[in-house]
Amino acid sequence: MVLLDGFSVLKTIQFAQRRNLGSPVTVVRTYNTRNVDELVLLDIDASKQGRAIDKFTIQDLAKECFMPLTVGGGIRSLDDIEALLKKGADKVAINTYALDNPQFIAEASGVFGAQCIVVSIDVVEQGKGFEIYSASGRPVDVSLDEWLTQVESLGAGEILINNVTRDGEMKGGNTALADYVSGRVRIPVIYAGGVSSPEDCAEIASTPVSAVGVSSIFHFTDATPQDCRNAMAECGIPVR
Amino acid sequence: MVTIVDLGIGNIGSVSKALRYLEVEHEIVAQAESLSSAKKIILPGVGSFSEGVKRLDETGFRPALLEAVQKRGVPLLGICVGMQLLAKTGYEGGETQGLGLIDGVVDKIDDMGGQLLIPHMGWNDVRLSDSPVFSSIPPQSCFYFVHSYAMRLNEDADTAYTSYGDDVLAFVNKGRVYGAQFHPEKSQQPGLTFLRNFIELC
Repeated sequence: MVLLDGFSVLKTIQFAQRRNLGSPVTVVRTYNTRNVDELVLLDIDASKQGRAIDKFTIQDLAKECFMPLTVGGGIRSLDDIEALLKKGADKVAINTYALDNPQFIAEASGVFGAQCIVVSIDVVEQGKGFEIYSASGRPVDVSLDEWLTQVESLGAGEILINNVTRDGEMKGGNTALADYVSGRVRIPVIYAGGVSSPEDCAEIASTPVSAVGVSSIFHFTDATPQDCRNAMAECGIPVR
Repeated sequence: MVTIVDLGIGNIGSVSKALRYLEVEHEIVAQAESLSSAKKIILPGVGSFSEGVKRLDETGFRPALLEAVQKRGVPLLGICVGMQLLAKTGYEGGETQGLGLIDGVVDKIDDMGGQLLIPHMGWNDVRLSDSPVFSSIPPQSCFYFVHSYAMRLNEDADTAYTSYGDDVLAFVNKGRVYGAQFHPEKSQQPGLTFLRNFIELC
């Protein structure tokens, strides 16, 4: 998972404190040589600033990226999606705009196919429960449970869960959340947020989720994608 | 020169990008007439079988592809839905007739009574055949798949299978006709080698 603020790679803690990590092209090239299974690129400022993720950045990144590439940030029209797919994205992640206009998921899925439409959901932990986090600060009037059901029935092909509470903390992911979400839908779920080590990554992957999104431990520790694969293989999870 | 067929539903950009990386000269054609001089053809595809069939018929690519392969012996590689379109019949979006270059049927993947998620999305081992397209690719290499439908064969052909619940046809070759259910352009090194092999050895 790679976060952008428009042009630079960022690491956040609980989506707030930021650290700039430089050029996305360099970061993506590193991931490419390290054989990650899939790359998710999110521009976390695009929606707030009322723009879509920069398609020329995507074009540059996609040039050397021979793995599935999911791109998100500020997508609010079918034209936005088409432009990103033309520049080399394989799937798009829709978040804010879908919450305001759920029908857009159905439209996009109808035109580009379910396999292309990822719905990204930011979640905060509230005691033992979970709530949808609103990036805009406006209250979200739908529960996580309702939203998951709705997103699946509207034709999303995949769900990306960002656990805001644990984002960037590297203190361990939340297996209960991973379990909760993947138990409620029949489409692939990616869990991201808080992964602390390859072993922790394997623990989350042992839930019914389809994939685990990892970021901080690749940026800030010695852990590599291969370490994560090895840890998962030790837990009996099939990896490549 | 490799000719990439643009039916308007494929991930043409990704395939073209992979060929550019491999430094292979190629063209993207949206007009069926342009196939008359093609030496090697790639038919990529994303979307549904019936939509692909509709585009083959509207654009005139159906007769042009058949002429190139059957009369001139031009090697053809179909990718994902492009592979499925090589079959006789497909059931996605209603029953429609594909190119019929391979005697096969394209039907929904068996989800084993709800145990498997559909679409099948992800990296899977492919049990490679002796085909030259797999030359110098390590056995049991992983390729990237995204599909809800798959082809079943009604004839003998060179094949490679992966497992998703049941055996799923990952690769088929008959004469000069090749099909890959996986996306070689998204499968990192093994995928790039696969494309290079098709271009240089087939």
